[in-house]
Amino acid sequence: MAQWVAIGVLALLLLAAVLPGVLAPGDPLAIDPAQAFLSPRWGHPFGTDESGRDIYTRVVHGAAPSLVIGVAATAIGILLALVLGLAAALGGRVVDFGVSRLLEVLFAFPGLLLALLVITVYGPGIVTSTIAVGLATAPGYARIIRSQTRSVASAPYIEAAVVLGRSRGRILVQHILPNAVVPVFVLVTLGVGQAIVWAAALSYLGLGAEPPAAEWGAMLFAGKNYLATAWWMTFFPGLAIVLSAVAATVLGRALQRRGPR
Amino acid sequence: MTHTVGNDGAEAAVRAPTPSLPTPTPELRRSSRSRGWVIVRGVLLRIGGGLFVLWAAATLTFFGLRLIPGDPAQAILGGPGSQASAEALAQVRADYGLDQPIWVQYIAQLGRLATGDLGTSYSLRSPVAEVIGAQIGGTLLLAALALIVAWAIALGLAVWSTRGGRIAAAVGSTLEIVAAAVPHFWLATVLVLVFSTALRWFPAVSTAGPEGLVLPVLTLALPLAGFLGQVMRESVLDALSAPFVLSARARGESENGVRWRHVLRHGSLPGIALSGWAFGFLVSGAVVVETIFARPGLGRTLLNAVQLRDVPLVVGVVLVVALGYVIMTVATDAASRLADPRLRRQGVAL
Repeated sequence: MAQWVAIGVLALLLLAAVLPGVLAPGDPLAIDPAQAFLSPRWGHPFGTDESGRDIYTRVVHGAAPSLVIGVAATAIGILLALVLGLAAALGGRVVDFGVSRLLEVLFAFPGLLLALLVITVYGPGIVTSTIAVGLATAPGYARIIRSQTRSVASAPYIEAAVVLGRSRGRILVQHILPNAVVPVFVLVTLGVGQAIVWAAALSYLGLGAEPPAAEWGAMLFAGKNYLATAWWMTFFPGLAIVLSAVAATVLGRALQRRGPR
Repeated sequence: MTHTVGNDGAEAAVRAPTPSLPTPTPELRRSSRSRGWVIVRGVLLRIGGGLFVLWAAATLTFFGLRLIPGDPAQAILGGPGSQASAEALAQVRADYGLDQPIWVQYIAQLGRLATGDLGTSYSLRSPVAEVIGAQIGGTLLLAALALIVAWAIALGLAVWSTRGGRIAAAVGSTLEIVAAAVPHFWLATVLVLVFSTALRWFPAVSTAGPEGLVLPVLTLALPLAGFLGQVMRESVLDALSAPFVLSARARGESENGVRWRHVLRHGSLPGIALSGWAFGFLVSGAVVVETIFARPGLGRTLLNAVQLRDVPLVVGVVLVVALGYVIMTVATDAASRLADPRLRRQGVAL
């Protein structure tokens, strides 16, 4: 049951990202100072912000940038993790030792701190914060991919392939990679939700997307100064982030239970 | 190495053969003599591993931050717009050793770190170690309280939801998933709206008194409780079907006795193992929570430093956090050993 609700939420999210005009025909950046700070009402279901922009329209149009940032950050993290994890699992003892120690060191930096270090080097902004989130999530993925690949590489059917005289390259491409990489797709589902939250956190701290943009984290950042007087400015974009994250988590869990291991 | 821990005797007996054999085999005698050495070696290896992590963290940050475009001397004098004279720049380069070859700077940096000198903050113009020393107390208090509250909630939820039948289990796991997925910044917003703006029970801006701590601590604790609760519930369910629980019940122990003495101990193990990770989670959360509630602390100091690109301060805070992580993993190891007799028997496992 829960996973169908999750799929429904994610489908709505995708629709909002691809065709925002269907759900909210208005312009997310259109200002109307006479309509500023309206509480939720008929015509403005989520209320309006300090410049009279419609929050509902902005939340719908914010789905695309938030989703793109989440997917891009996860892709960066997973790709880096694939390189590190596969190298460690298949590259022999020296490489494994080096990569494992590197991961150990990276684990000593909590995720957000790693992201903040990257931002210190390259300055704030939407591209940097996406890369920062990707880099910060890579060590966790790398560790999972390493142990997954190792367990696949020592499975009986690999031994059978070796005994049958298949070449190393063929075993790698035909047997190890598919079995080691498929579970990564589950990680991606779980990871996109987390990445959206992290990127939004950086925007909220003023280090990601800039406020006029209809991005959920940036909307939170803009709304936090009006929390006491206009709660809807932060509540609804935040709700969109939470719903996306919970839906992605629930779906990822369901996939995990269904898949091998 | 006999364990006379009352009721745990049966629990341990199921897991490992009792050591009181009439004639110890040579294998057993040898291992009991070298046990002390095994433990000492294990502790030394742990400390060595921790020192390695710290050295590597310092090295990574030192060389990583060389990637920053622009002249560090310029940054020290207030950024590109500061119109610093050539003499001033040269003076700063000499003062900070920036005119030396990079390897000399690196060795000098490691030497200073080893003596606890973290350099001078660009923006605050005072020693980084002093700034951190002044800010760390508030963050530690916040994190420690959050950790305690999170453990209490997670354990309570795990025990209750495995006892109350299917509905309780469903409610428990839903609460945990939602709590774990809710970001700190939104949870803080909702808590402020409910308990500060609407009910006026607690201040929205953290004050010095205890009432100012309630909302920040809850904000940090609830997501952590969600994560811990998930792993603890699974472990509690495992324990409930384990032989040592059957044997405790067969001895006629009450249901509460079984749950609190045996099941809970087993259920807390993955939670303890996650503490190193929880530390990082709390530190990351502290950056957000301290900013939202305007609480002085390490997290807010770090965020300000990142915004001003105050490199020595950022590196100082990050290294102190890495040190905390290393200490935490060693402590976690010891705590696992206290809670799990199986690990004590094995000596130190790395």
